[in-house]
Amino acid sequence: MEALPYVRLANEIAVQFRHWEPGEAAAEIAAHLRSFWDPRMRTQLIAHVEAGGAGLDVLIIDVVALLREQKVH
Amino acid sequence: MSLLKEPDLGTPARVGEATVDVEIDGQHVRVPEGTSVMRAAALAGIDIPKLCATDSLEPFGSCRLCLVEVEGGRGTPASCTTPVAPGMRVHTQTPKLDKLRKGVMELYISDHPLECLTCSANGDCELQDMAGVVGLREVRYGFEGENHFDAPKDTSNPYFDFDASKCIACSRCVRACGEVQGTFALTISGRGFDSKVTAGNGESFLDSECVSCGACVQACPTATLQERSVVELGMPNRTVLTTCAYCGVGCSFKAEMRGDEVVRMVPYKDGGANEGHSCVKGRFAFGYASHPDRVMKPMIRERITDPWREVSWEEAISYTAQRMRDIQDRHGVGAVGGITSSRCTNEEVYVVQKMVRAAFGNNNVDTCARVCHSPTGYGLKQTYGTSAGTQDFKSVAKADVIVVIGANPTDGHPVFGSRMKRRLREGAKLIVVDPRRIDLVRSPHVEATHHLQLAPGTNVAVVNAMAHVVVTEGLVDRDFVAERCEGFAEWAAFIARPEHSPEAVEQITGVPAAELRAAARLYATAPNAAIYYGLGVTEHSQGSTMVMGMANLAMACGNIGRDGVGVNPLRGQNNVQGSCDMGSFPHELPGYRHVSDDAVRTVFETLWGRTLLAEPGLRIPNMFDAAIEGSFRALFVHGEDIAQSDPNTKHVTAALSAMELVVVQDLFLNETSKFAHVFLPGTSFLEKDGTFTNAERRINRVRPVMAPKTGKHEWQIVCEIAQAMGYPMHYDDSSQIMDEIAITTPTFAGVSFRKLDEVGSIQWPCNDAAPEGTPIMHVDGFVRGKGRFIETTYVPTEERSTRRFPLILTTGRILSQYNVGAQTRRTPNVAWHPEDLLELHPHDAEVRGISDGDLVTLASRVGETSLRARITDRMPVGVVYTTFHHPVTGANVVTTENSDWATNCPEYKVTAVQVGLKQVSVATNELSTSALAD
Repeated sequence: MEALPYVRLANEIAVQFRHWEPGEAAAEIAAHLRSFWDPRMRTQLIAHVEAGGAGLDVLIIDVVALLREQKVH
Repeated sequence: MSLLKEPDLGTPARVGEATVDVEIDGQHVRVPEGTSVMRAAALAGIDIPKLCATDSLEPFGSCRLCLVEVEGGRGTPASCTTPVAPGMRVHTQTPKLDKLRKGVMELYISDHPLECLTCSANGDCELQDMAGVVGLREVRYGFEGENHFDAPKDTSNPYFDFDASKCIACSRCVRACGEVQGTFALTISGRGFDSKVTAGNGESFLDSECVSCGACVQACPTATLQERSVVELGMPNRTVLTTCAYCGVGCSFKAEMRGDEVVRMVPYKDGGANEGHSCVKGRFAFGYASHPDRVMKPMIRERITDPWREVSWEEAISYTAQRMRDIQDRHGVGAVGGITSSRCTNEEVYVVQKMVRAAFGNNNVDTCARVCHSPTGYGLKQTYGTSAGTQDFKSVAKADVIVVIGANPTDGHPVFGSRMKRRLREGAKLIVVDPRRIDLVRSPHVEATHHLQLAPGTNVAVVNAMAHVVVTEGLVDRDFVAERCEGFAEWAAFIARPEHSPEAVEQITGVPAAELRAAARLYATAPNAAIYYGLGVTEHSQGSTMVMGMANLAMACGNIGRDGVGVNPLRGQNNVQGSCDMGSFPHELPGYRHVSDDAVRTVFETLWGRTLLAEPGLRIPNMFDAAIEGSFRALFVHGEDIAQSDPNTKHVTAALSAMELVVVQDLFLNETSKFAHVFLPGTSFLEKDGTFTNAERRINRVRPVMAPKTGKHEWQIVCEIAQAMGYPMHYDDSSQIMDEIAITTPTFAGVSFRKLDEVGSIQWPCNDAAPEGTPIMHVDGFVRGKGRFIETTYVPTEERSTRRFPLILTTGRILSQYNVGAQTRRTPNVAWHPEDLLELHPHDAEVRGISDGDLVTLASRVGETSLRARITDRMPVGVVYTTFHHPVTGANVVTTENSDWATNCPEYKVTAVQVGLKQVSVATNELSTSALAD
């Protein structure tokens, strides 16, 4: 089954940061998503994690935790 | 203006600080050392008769018309080939010279058809002019002797004729082909009286290597090489200076007119980007603007299955506004968006993004740069602080080493390609990084020192390995790095790791380690080394990473901030730079300032009278995904054919089909308009009034040569839609839009139409700190302060060859065609490229039983198309290549949803595919043949 678009895109980003220290990677990716992703995509991503996060890179789970800390408009 | 004839000083300028004082016909003149007597005289206002000399070409000294007398010197030297000397006293008009010149002209005229009154060059013929200048009154030799009057005429080229009977064998065309264009397609064959201009090995112009750039036509002093449009229409009588609407070089042209009809486009000598040169597209392929396919009236339809219905502008605008608002009422403010076009002017782009942000009330605006150079924006901003190439085009003339990565300048950016080839002929070294053996690797008088023929998708591994060599072999410019950069120590430690060595990555990249090391050393040790790159860098899953990798390499070697160096994106379309500058990205307001910046938003909110969103909007691929998912329902598409140009056509068309309203503003009905409900006819560049910004940040005026054929400028239509949606948006003319851009955008603060009319062109930033613009960036410091080294780990793309799809497809474009071909397919340029072809290596062809010209299938995991095969060893084994100029091929049917991780720029350059003969059995063969016949 094809991955949901925001899952695919988030995973594409995660793989670029796999060599980073996980905490720093999560912070960097969260900042990237805030800068470049439409809020509806971030909301979808958060909802996906809340629904179990199927197919998501584990790094994105930490990213979503950081995104939740900031109110999504 | 009346017809603009630029002065011709006879020979090229010489540069240097040393000067020489001479006296010519009693006038004193001081010129740079090395200047010819002819040019010095011209600078003093004295025109010496000439035929074989022109200031775009090195002197040749063959016509013997420009003879002068020098006091104390012997004989009558040719002034074009005689350099000035201190204290020289020259006489250009003496009885002796008069007699000699008349004698020369008599010889020329004795073998020239005397049909001036009916000749197409009547009034624009230097031979005719010189006959008058020297006072020719008789031809003592008569006209009965042996001559060339019956020499054959070559009419093979669709744009110009070669009438050998009028040729005076001055070699200007031959020299222009070599010196200016760098193709060397022409030669003088034969000796003495049999000397004649010959294309290729005696073929017709069309069949020869001639690239139809027009340099020979430009150089010809007679009607020998003449535009067919002049033959058919007659001589033009007025000039409008404007800018080409094709590639990102942004050549300046004189549109030469008769009334409202364009007779010819002539490259402008004072054009900063092109300095009098052109290519086959800009010079000749403008006929699409008056093609019968052009739509001139607005059209609407309720459903995409309905026929189009012509309506008034008022109805089309009101319908669009009403439907947009209705969709927003039902689905939310964020349910609509727009796409700006790099084929449109800065002013048009600015008003579209303003309409989206202020009238639509969201940031769902993106531009076609999303699918080409968005990684440039990301990568150069992260490392240097702004999204722009560092140099002007002239800078390449100072480069000692030129690195071309993922670009094909002789096809994609031909006028800059000619500049580059000129520098290479002068001795600069060339490194090409490309899976395909592009023409630059080996062409007349040009040969790459290194061709790093890497596997598609391994750019980052290659640039990292080059940087590894620089760092581990002590080739870093320590002073530059210490003074100008930050983050070097961490980056150096990262890049010095063994896994980045050329030997370690050789298995991945396919580039021999020794060759890569040698290339890195060549780049790092050159006094000046410059990087030029194209979409072969950006259109990858690590496009942004690669841009940062190149930026790192240039900083490490101190190759930033002066002539001859830099990191330079070769932009695909004429206004890619401008459309990005104008705030087309969903996260950035004009001037590359993030929407979350309160101070920046305040500037626009104050002026526009609307509260702007501080959150980024949807990018083009996100819009498609959101349309399929249901939250995005309407799209305004300005001058882009996304259904042909964007990847994974099936996905794009599914998204378009899912929308309630698609509005297309364009010249022609296209693939995207098949899914549209409103079609708003657009204007060609000949009707536009505005500016384009080319790849060197040069802002050029686009001046209308005629009124809009549709009755309205595109920016007017956009303003009227915004107004109909309840947002007041009005400008009296497009100069007011530029004035607003200047008020709101610091890098454009000093730009206005008036200033552009005064100085010709300006390279941004142009403001109080740089009132005349900025040809070279980051001279004393980076825009962001310190240049930032960023670690660039190589991560292989997910797109891999498999047993089912064992080949890798990469795509590109060809000289004679332009992007989706909407313009060039509607010109005689189809003579050179009537269809997209699939290039593949002989081995890959042989194992599949494919012969040259066979119809083959090209299939990936997302789609399949068919096209003809061209077997060529310019491709490496395992890699195939095609262009995307023809909708019938639809190359993007097979490209995938993979994209650059940072920007979503599609990974056009790596698609796993299989290729096979279209006919797989006798039965199928019959079917296919029958289908083809149909």
